[in-house]
Amino acid sequence: MDSILAAFTLTPLESEALRLSLWVSLWAMLGSLPLAVGAAWLLARRRFPGKTLFDGLMHLPLVVPPVVTGYLLLVVFGRRGMVGAWLHDHLGITFAFNWKGAALASAVMAFPLMVRAIRLSLEAVDRGLEQAAHTLGAGPWRVFFTVTMPLTLPGILSGMVLAFARGLGEFGATVTFVSNIPGQTRTLPLALYSVLQSPGGEAAAQRLCIISIALALIALLVSELLARRVQARLKG
Amino acid sequence: MLSVSLKKRLGDLEVEACFGRQGPGVTALFGPSGSGKTSLVNMLAGLLTPDQGRVVLEGRVLFDSRAKINLPPERRRVGYVFQEGRLFPHLSVKGNLAYGQRLAPKGQAWASWNQVVELLGLEGLLERRPAKLSGGEKQRVAMGRALLASPRLLLLDEPLASLDAQRKDEVLGYLGRLTRHLAIPVIYVSHQPGEILRLADSVVRLERGRVLGIDDLEGFRRLLDSWPKERLWLS
Repeated sequence: MDSILAAFTLTPLESEALRLSLWVSLWAMLGSLPLAVGAAWLLARRRFPGKTLFDGLMHLPLVVPPVVTGYLLLVVFGRRGMVGAWLHDHLGITFAFNWKGAALASAVMAFPLMVRAIRLSLEAVDRGLEQAAHTLGAGPWRVFFTVTMPLTLPGILSGMVLAFARGLGEFGATVTFVSNIPGQTRTLPLALYSVLQSPGGEAAAQRLCIISIALALIALLVSELLARRVQARLKG
Repeated sequence: MLSVSLKKRLGDLEVEACFGRQGPGVTALFGPSGSGKTSLVNMLAGLLTPDQGRVVLEGRVLFDSRAKINLPPERRRVGYVFQEGRLFPHLSVKGNLAYGQRLAPKGQAWASWNQVVELLGLEGLLERRPAKLSGGEKQRVAMGRALLASPRLLLLDEPLASLDAQRKDEVLGYLGRLTRHLAIPVIYVSHQPGEILRLADSVVRLERGRVLGIDDLEGFRRLLDSWPKERLWLS
């Protein structure tokens, strides 16, 4: 009996990795959301010089090896990096080798996915409805928050779930940028990698695998339920 | 008082129109499809920018190409009922109706909720979602929504075009009641002489972007009688 119970109880290492994974992914998702909505809006609605370049740069984390992204993050946001040094000196924020860095890495890796989902949904919004809102006396910001945003909600939600799931799986950029520090940057994939490196770690690895799969399934399920509720609301 | 003089090049079509209106009542814009009617009302609403011209409504300049004045739609206080209704799908009928009402400047809101709801028979629809409304109901809600923003000019762009004959008659009844109550000028776009004869008191006839003539209802009726029958239905 005790052994069965033990099978369903997380070890301290596992629960730490699980909690950290959720925490890092949550912050990566929430932190990139406003920027992703802004970028999606720019790409869907505006024409400006350098738009193609902007679009390309934003998609870069999707196509370059994650190690490259991690290395670039280190160069820019490390303690001595251009942005990193400034943030440390002026705002006291450090990304190097802590969970904030892991969240930043996850956010950057997931950004293109999030923007894509939001942009598609934004492009599907009937501009005629926005015009109608204007003729009723609503200025641009009010139209955005009362008409455009609610109608983009399905895309925003699916973008958030994609970003969250991508954050749960993030490995390469994280390990390059903020290393593999227990309690700070050792999320589930990194913990799995660590136990695989040590002899006789197969059993622990299997458990971590199962936890990762369960987590991913729950995330997908929640997103599906949310999407259905939103669709039902929009369709009346 | 409304005075309009506008010019706009749209591909092959050059829209050029000049007309006015003293006091309330319904001015119809009549012409075949492609004659620039919708472009013209879009310019009045501020959704399309004319190349040249001037629009003045109750002493307020809405557009003046020479003085470089071009008020955005949200500051024009011009109500617009679109052909397809364009109700907000994420709001209930009540939410749709209230959308513009909240935004009308204080002291200038003349439209009363109860009166509009009563005139358009919206009482039973308030809790419903636009997706659950019939075509005729949608158009009635769209009219109510436009009115409750307390506009100084109301534009109706073929509001009956997407309805079947029976619904058309129903909405036409509501429209007639409504326009008799309104103290603001109304512009009604249509290519159906029957609708115009029931609603309008003055008709601006358009063809290929130009004003062919402006008639009162009597003149329009005489003109229709003089036309061969098939011409009425071809347009």
